[in-house]
Amino acid sequence: MPLPPDGLLTLTPQGLYCPAAEAWIDPWRPVPRALLTHAHADHARPGSGRYWAVASSEGILRRRLGSGIALLPVEYGQRLRIGGARVSFHSAGHVLGSAQILVEAGGERWLVSGDYKRCADPSCEAFAPVTADVCITEATFALPIYRWRPGREVAAEVLAWWRSAPDRPSLLFAYAFGKAQRLLAELALLGVADEILLHGAVEALMDPYREAGVQLPPTRPLTSVARGESLAGRLVIAPPAAQHSPWMQRFRRPQTAFVSGWMAVRGARRRRGVERGFVLSDHADWPGLLQTVRETGARQVYVTHGQSDSLSRYLREHEGVAAEALEGDFVVERGDVERGDADRADADHGDAGNADLLPVV
Amino acid sequence: MQTFCRLYEQLDCTTATGGRVRLLTAYFAAAAPVDAAWALHCLLGRQRRRLITGRRLREICLEGCGLPAWLVDDCHAQVGDSAETVALLWNRQRPDPTASRAALPLHVWMEQILPPLATVARGDQGEGPSQAAAVHDLWCELAPAELLVVNKLLTGGFRVGVGPGLVLQALAAFSGLEVSLLQHRLMGGFVPSSMAWRDLLAPAGAGGSAASSPYPFFLASPLPSPAAGGAPLPGSPDGWLVEWKWDGIRGQLIHRAGQTFLWSRGEELINPAFPELVAAAAAHLPAGTVLDGEVLVWPAGATQPAPFHQLQRRLGRKAPGARLLADCPAVFVAYDLLEMDGDDWRERPLGQRRAGLEALLPAAAAETTDGPGCRLRLSPALALAFWDDLECLRRQAAAAGAEGLMLKDLGSPYRAGRRRGSWWKHKREPHTLDAVLLYAQAGSGRRANLYTDYTFGLWDGDPAADGGPQLVPFAKAYSGLDDGEIRELDRWIRRHTRERFGPVRAVEPLQVFELAFEGLQPSSRHRSGIAVRFPRIARWRRDKPAAEADSLASARALLEVSPDAG
Ligand SMILES: [Zn+2]
Ligand SMILES: [Zn+2]
Repeated sequence: MPLPPDGLLTLTPQGLYCPAAEAWIDPWRPVPRALLTHAHADHARPGSGRYWAVASSEGILRRRLGSGIALLPVEYGQRLRIGGARVSFHSAGHVLGSAQILVEAGGERWLVSGDYKRCADPSCEAFAPVTADVCITEATFALPIYRWRPGREVAAEVLAWWRSAPDRPSLLFAYAFGKAQRLLAELALLGVADEILLHGAVEALMDPYREAGVQLPPTRPLTSVARGESLAGRLVIAPPAAQHSPWMQRFRRPQTAFVSGWMAVRGARRRRGVERGFVLSDHADWPGLLQTVRETGARQVYVTHGQSDSLSRYLREHEGVAAEALEGDFVVERGDVERGDADRADADHGDAGNADLLPVV
Repeated sequence: MQTFCRLYEQLDCTTATGGRVRLLTAYFAAAAPVDAAWALHCLLGRQRRRLITGRRLREICLEGCGLPAWLVDDCHAQVGDSAETVALLWNRQRPDPTASRAALPLHVWMEQILPPLATVARGDQGEGPSQAAAVHDLWCELAPAELLVVNKLLTGGFRVGVGPGLVLQALAAFSGLEVSLLQHRLMGGFVPSSMAWRDLLAPAGAGGSAASSPYPFFLASPLPSPAAGGAPLPGSPDGWLVEWKWDGIRGQLIHRAGQTFLWSRGEELINPAFPELVAAAAAHLPAGTVLDGEVLVWPAGATQPAPFHQLQRRLGRKAPGARLLADCPAVFVAYDLLEMDGDDWRERPLGQRRAGLEALLPAAAAETTDGPGCRLRLSPALALAFWDDLECLRRQAAAAGAEGLMLKDLGSPYRAGRRRGSWWKHKREPHTLDAVLLYAQAGSGRRANLYTDYTFGLWDGDPAADGGPQLVPFAKAYSGLDDGEIRELDRWIRRHTRERFGPVRAVEPLQVFELAFEGLQPSSRHRSGIAVRFPRIARWRRDKPAAEADSLASARALLEVSPDAG
């Protein structure tokens, strides 16, 4: 289902386009003007002329897209005039500096949710509900089998798992941007003050979080630990792509775990080849998606990413909302965890384009 | 029950073999004998009886969870398992521990709590509201992790990802008995009870096994392709017994103490389905004989066995009628002698066992007699003088009605399970056809967001006729592409969808794939009139335009024709 040709937003080969602002939202290819919801690689791609994004994401965006990009930092809630449209960014609760983007023109309000979640996350700003006439929402985890428990409970399980193996290294795989810092922030709230070791891809993103005032336990890059020094009893956080790389040779008999919303399903964990799966996601779960769509009050909803057919049908048949799946090159964040999913920059392959900007460890 | 659920959870999050063996050993040591017996039964995947089907379990969940049926189906497609889908969807209120039956021992669950759920409310109003109510009551007493295990026990699909080999290894470590002895004692029916547990773990040499008890089957491994110019196997072909690989069902035929038993490899007693074989064994085998061989349908006078689908008509038929017995007569083609005069011959070299077998079943008798003797045949030894002739011999398999060749080391004992080195199978090349992709459906589990289940069609009809030839659905295939190709095809499918029927997309008929399969059989249930055995994708034929894909006529030419059908 395409967007109507006369709407505030249309779909072009470059991605979601706002004719009034002459700007694209999270474009798939280089464009003159790009409005970014957040700095994950499937949303923020290099090569565009000028970028607008939330100020707290600037540090990460410059690390990922290049320090010289033309970036205009925006505050949450600030209404910008871009061309003939009013554009504002509202917190999405997904990762540091993530936003929903609201476009207003001709008396209509269109909201692009980007990636978002409703659960508390001490590493980023909380989700802010926004009303709109038309809403474009993600649907990564849009099935009722996905219902999240509070992050603090999951972090307490991670902590118990780590403490249960004082004689082995505990190796935790988590997306380098967002998930890793959320876990660290939750561990700090649980009183963890031990130094935690980080893979280079995670370490590279810590400064922006510290600059934003997020409370974190002390961390140190694994590379600074002398070879031969025992890693028994240490917690190491690494991106998923490290799991099948020579980097693993560093560890003797590690216990391994993966942190992701996909871990809710046993099969996904077994295929991942880790011992433990901790269910923690930076996307909205089923109740969170429904709540959000209701709160926008939108008369028309378009659904992208993942289970778009299931969510749009449910909204139509059970919530009485006009809803359609929107087809396009939205990168579906797949349950197939063998490819780095949510944050493809964490994976060592290239659709996302900027994997080469990550430090190599 | 809770202890068993904990074992399940712990096994589920331990990948190291040593750790799993320790968990199992600790469980066996701590459990009461009757509970250990039930746990073993479940862990070995022997819980065959399905108390409630997965579909029915989802229906029961549907009645209590307030979600539409299609959404529960979508969830099931994502999870790939009904028991787990329900465990994820059912309301997660914390159960009241004082009112829960979860603390009752495993055997009480297996013997008293779960079986009645299968039959409750049957008789008066069928599988109706009271079955649902009873299952709902039970679910409300269980924590999510327990719910998963109970659902798996109900649907009979209990798997922990721990293979039987590992479970037996743990049992051997726990009991101090050899794995092979445990395997033998477990063959042919282990009915969980404290007595059965004690018998299973009795010291070696104590107590005889039952007359019905079969030996564990020895399984062949696929012959690895030899290095260029090298021989496929060590030594000269003289050291190897070469036979056809028959396309029937593996069986063990036992005649002991005046009783006859025919076991399938799935450890099912198939006496009722093959009365003529049981009668022949009773009449012609000396007491204390155990044969390993293949059950086939082989009409009298035919030079080769009937295709597999004829044998399928006989399988699972409790009491075949005279007509079926005449249409699809069964034979047992013996290829090994495991017991002779009540002695276990498995340790003797194959050469000796083969000589014993030949003495028992004179080849000539099998071909000339028309009495029950012809039911028991000797699998012929094929002549192979040079390794260079191996491929030539293999190409003759199709004409002999066989699946390929078997190569067995004449000096080897009869082992248990799949052990590489002395038995090799060398299957004939599969058939292939080029077919056009017509429909795609999303996979399940890790492939749930990708279109990975494909339906392919072949051309049918006269090109000159009105509208020209049509593509007729012919085969479904799920495997054969690599991850990169799957992703690429998924993107192509999304952009070239013509129509959507629920989860299925009809695509533009443009992509051609080479399908490999084991055989084709006539079928009235398929629109193409053909049923395809083991179809898989051999290759993406990007070079081939759809118009050049194969036709239904070329597929019909490959049909396995029954000998009696001319
Ligand atoms: Zn994201
Ligand atoms: Zn995303």
